[in-house]
Amino acid sequence: MSKMNMVQAINSAQDVMLDRDPAVVVFGEDVGYFGGVFNCTEGLQKKYGLQRVFDTPIAEGGIIALAIGMGVNEMRPVTEIQFSDYIYPAFDQIVSEASRLRYRSGGEFWAPITIRTPCGGGIRGGQTHSQSPEGIFTHVSGIKTIMPSNPYDAKGLLISAIEDDDPVIFFEPKRLYNGPFSGDPKAPAQSWDHHLKGEVPEGHYTIPIGKAETVREGNDLTIITYGTMVHVSLAAAELSGHDVEVIDLRTLTPLDIDHIATSVCRTGRCVIVHEATKTGGFGAEILSQIQETCFWKLEAPIERVAGWDIPYPHAFEWEYFPGQGRVLDAIKKVMEG
Amino acid sequence: MVPSSGKNLNVPAPRHRPGEEPEFDNLDIPSAGSVSRPDILTDPKDMYVYANTLIRVLDMKNNAVGVWDPKLSADDLRKGLTDMMTTRIYDDRMQNMQRVGKMSFYMKSRGEEAVAVAQAMALDKKDMLFPSYRQQGLLISRGRDLLDMMNHCLSNSKDNCKGRQLPIMYTWREGNFFSISGNLGTQFCQAVGWAVASAYKGEDAIASTWVGEGTTAESDFHHGMTFAAVYNAPVLLNVVNNQWAISSFQGFAGGEKATFASRGIGYGMPGLRVDGNDFLAVYAATKWAADRARSGGGPTLIELFTYRAAGHSTSDDPGKYRPEDEYEAWPLGDPIDRLKMHLIEIGEWSEERHERELKEITALVTRKYKEAESYGTLNSGARPEVSSMFEDVFKDMPDNLRRQRQQLGV
Repeated sequence: MSKMNMVQAINSAQDVMLDRDPAVVVFGEDVGYFGGVFNCTEGLQKKYGLQRVFDTPIAEGGIIALAIGMGVNEMRPVTEIQFSDYIYPAFDQIVSEASRLRYRSGGEFWAPITIRTPCGGGIRGGQTHSQSPEGIFTHVSGIKTIMPSNPYDAKGLLISAIEDDDPVIFFEPKRLYNGPFSGDPKAPAQSWDHHLKGEVPEGHYTIPIGKAETVREGNDLTIITYGTMVHVSLAAAELSGHDVEVIDLRTLTPLDIDHIATSVCRTGRCVIVHEATKTGGFGAEILSQIQETCFWKLEAPIERVAGWDIPYPHAFEWEYFPGQGRVLDAIKKVMEG
Repeated sequence: MVPSSGKNLNVPAPRHRPGEEPEFDNLDIPSAGSVSRPDILTDPKDMYVYANTLIRVLDMKNNAVGVWDPKLSADDLRKGLTDMMTTRIYDDRMQNMQRVGKMSFYMKSRGEEAVAVAQAMALDKKDMLFPSYRQQGLLISRGRDLLDMMNHCLSNSKDNCKGRQLPIMYTWREGNFFSISGNLGTQFCQAVGWAVASAYKGEDAIASTWVGEGTTAESDFHHGMTFAAVYNAPVLLNVVNNQWAISSFQGFAGGEKATFASRGIGYGMPGLRVDGNDFLAVYAATKWAADRARSGGGPTLIELFTYRAAGHSTSDDPGKYRPEDEYEAWPLGDPIDRLKMHLIEIGEWSEERHERELKEITALVTRKYKEAESYGTLNSGARPEVSSMFEDVFKDMPDNLRRQRQQLGV
């Protein structure tokens, strides 16, 4: 085991897979010699050579198309879309091609590609470097979506994604790269050094795709969340004075509804938290499935805490960001309901 | 706002509309055999001329002339001719069956048979094909059973796509024929990826992909061009310029400003502009580009200059947007007639033999179709298991799909 932040864990996952499997290649904008704008591929080109870790033209649609073609030809490409805000030019290749290739070809062709992409705000990125577009992709059949919240999960899930024979989008909450974030921008920055999940094995291990994890046990209320909001929710749970359970989804699709339902049916109260905009967000799907599975066990209406339905505003980042206060308000409302 | 009157705004319009007399006097058509043939590893900077001319081999007297003559054996020529004939007869039969409601949709390749058939012959069978939707001749040339093609188009119980794809959106892994998408141009840069992987592995196989001239306007075309050039991918990038994208003539893809082959120049890639109705020229240009790619020379853009003789699909009536007889006026003739007349000219074919072949192919297609119908059509008879529609979304079925399948009760 060694101490790793999330950047190092993601780097390590790619390192392990490049070492184990000659079919694995890593590419994207600035990922080669430079090592990526967030350093997630630092040193990999030097270690594995130009043909295995390389830069691409600035064309996200081309990057994913290239990956699909390579995937069809027995390779296992790991691509980086520099910011998830830049993923839209690749939308057709992801949604119409990668996600449907196995299906439309009657199972004759598939592309085992991994799409890594940093997401989320809290880094003064403005509306083009802060988005959380996961809900756009969870609506698509044929692709798996992952968003880890810590280094240990990030590495294990990324290795699973690379080894998976279906396309996977791997969202990396960039506010968590260097440390957990409780949602208070004025608090001193934390590092992963003293976090349990900052202890990461150096070698190969996997965390199964499609499995949520209870990160705080409680009996009064269940918070369902993922990504950066796991840490915000944990902080709010501590402050709430209630016995709050927190579930980190880790994988969004396929959704671990059994894990969610077991908890919510027991506590009878639920708050769903994500950073992405609210309307049509993935929280709506979670809420709907809880309603289908737990309705008669519910003690109060379910609350959603999410980003406002506006673009991510540069100067009003912390008014946009669903921080501890909003999570606490939701907990209070549901406990009183 | 005043009514539109801007004299500097250009909205392209084709030369002829329905009711007008079609003529193509504006086309600059060099005589067959007049274009030189560069060495396969020539620097693209020394090849601009080939993007702005028209490589032709068959002359107006049906002789093969000039340095591009691939000098194919009579057997190969006859295979090319009969594969093109099969493609046309197959198309006619399938379109008719669509008209009587046996399938939802069809697209013919009439007038463009040489593109697919000659190109398939010029490539190795191990080469991977990433086609658009009008290259059924690739399958026929590579020997796919017509029965399997029909089973797919009918979405019946033996459809290898399991009833999930529109007719003509074929998949044939065994024949190295990629799954046709239906979204235009998406395969262009995917083919580049396949070729890059082949080069990465040090293998000899190359990729070849096709789009129509209208699709060159899509970003995917430019992604394919850029990535192919940057990584020196062993790939053939084909633009089938058949003049029409549904009702939009090639001017809406910028074809009036520059040739499609000349798009290659800006990417540092050779562009070859070829008479797409000349079987020998198509074969020769494809072979040139394939040899170049296999020798490490990288990608080539090939414009296949042809004419879409049929409608775009069974869903449009070309008489509404172009003269009904425009194809008759096409100055580069019909690919089947031209190869047929060449074979007769060199004493390797005859009208009688042609008639006999037509009858045999027609009988074969009829027989195959009857058998295909016995396995079901879209509207009646057997079809794939309904429960199979939940399969292949993922390699392993997740719980939510299993539950939805149970909900449907299958």
